[in-house]
Amino acid sequence: MLNRLIRWSRIKSPWILHLNSGACNACDIEIVAALTPRFDLERFGILLKATPRHADVIIATGPATLQIKDRLLRIYNQVPDPKFVIAVGACALSGCVYRGAYNILGGIDQVLPVDVYVPGCPARPDAIMDGVIKLLGKL
Amino acid sequence: MKIQIPIGPQHPALKEPISLRMTVDGEVIQNADLRLGYNHRGLERLAEEKTWVQNIYLMERICGICSHSHATCYVQGVEMLMDLIPPKRGLYIRTLVSELERVHSHLLWLGIAGHEAGFDSFFMYTWRDREIVMDLLEIISGNRVHYSINSIGGVRRDIDESQKKKILDSLDTLRERSLFYLKIGASEPTFVARLAGVGYLSKESAVALCAVGPTARASSITRDVRKDDPYAVYDEVPFDVGTADTCDVLGRTVVRVKELLESYKIIEFLMKNLPSGNITVKAPRKAKPNEVISRYEAPRGENIHYIISNGTDKPERLKVRAPTLGNYAATIEMLKSGFIADIPLIFAAIDPCICCAERSVELVDARSGDAKTVRMSELRNKANERFKKDPPKRNGIWPF
Repeated sequence: MLNRLIRWSRIKSPWILHLNSGACNACDIEIVAALTPRFDLERFGILLKATPRHADVIIATGPATLQIKDRLLRIYNQVPDPKFVIAVGACALSGCVYRGAYNILGGIDQVLPVDVYVPGCPARPDAIMDGVIKLLGKL
Repeated sequence: MKIQIPIGPQHPALKEPISLRMTVDGEVIQNADLRLGYNHRGLERLAEEKTWVQNIYLMERICGICSHSHATCYVQGVEMLMDLIPPKRGLYIRTLVSELERVHSHLLWLGIAGHEAGFDSFFMYTWRDREIVMDLLEIISGNRVHYSINSIGGVRRDIDESQKKKILDSLDTLRERSLFYLKIGASEPTFVARLAGVGYLSKESAVALCAVGPTARASSITRDVRKDDPYAVYDEVPFDVGTADTCDVLGRTVVRVKELLESYKIIEFLMKNLPSGNITVKAPRKAKPNEVISRYEAPRGENIHYIISNGTDKPERLKVRAPTLGNYAATIEMLKSGFIADIPLIFAAIDPCICCAERSVELVDARSGDAKTVRMSELRNKANERFKKDPPKRNGIWPF
């Protein structure tokens, strides 16, 4: 009974943490745009949270730079279980135009396990919403 | 007692990865230090491996908010290297996109300022209106954020009568909304009380610390590349440089709202006087060996690209000086003797764009080969030590 309640609340209101791991800001502003009145992700009960300890879903953008790698892992470990990662944008998928640069790991999945990939350079707010909703359907 | 507080790279108050180290005495900040490099991707190195045309794509991806600024600054430099003169219509469209970008960037910033000041409905209002500009940019260029409108020698897409009409119609709505924000900024007592007096930067220190863009203009310095060193078609367009003399975050807000209204004026002028003709000229594949400095007034301040060509189809060196980097020194000055609670507001007031300004300074010991990433404060200390040991000669003459 309690488990069902927890599962229900998780699906109905996942809290997200936005994490910039070396992105060019384009995906980041599109994520914020998805939360504002035109697209309004909040109507699905999704709230942007500032601290990893409150979050269920990490939305990560950017190709993961060498310097941010340890911080990414530390933040991932701070998120309580069960946790999910959405990689937004072409950089988070494969490194995009930065692929091959000396400071780039090339994709979030080099560091964290990723559940949903949202392609696009930058991904449109509609696409980001689609990704989040597909993740909710998976739960 | 003095305590050091680390803030970032991931922190509720900061949207982008940067690390601040505050030395505080009680609530008052004594000193601040920045740690960079979390967002460093090695763009300047990558640019040396790509051709002139491929680099336009790369330059746009320096920053997602001012992508047109970097691309235009780069393209202007390359055009100077190749002795190309883009057609008037191309320049008009280029300027139109750059002004629309300024509008979207300033609306975005107004929202963030409202959010940091605890005025979240303001944030939602401005971001709703920002979607109007995003729609305009989408119908002009086909993308919301990275417009890819520039090509070497002009622009890639023309605009037609229906798009022109749509732009002029949307301008009326935007102007009405911006006047409403100006009214809020001037008359909402809680908002004004939160912003006034925070992050003081006197005119003298703004000059000494080389502040750029709205940060400098809010300290009553009339510094704007569009007026001082006109590029594209800014010498034909009538507009004023908005300034404020309060030297605080309130002044920076007022300057940005004034710039919004000026941008609407510029866009209206451009749309009414759009010349006919070609939008681009053909560019050669290679550039003669030369070097060039290109300046551009981005929404955050002066953007400089320094390009060296060596006769091939790739640049020898490309150096980017983004406006946020120019404002870091001024930010530390603003943070000093402020309160901890004001950090997000002061930091947001320079409109920081970490991804533009990402640098890493690495010192390599020539004898042992040890590499070490240093902090700004260490560099400054080293410079001071060197100055004490070997003071420079008075009345020195510039060698070139």
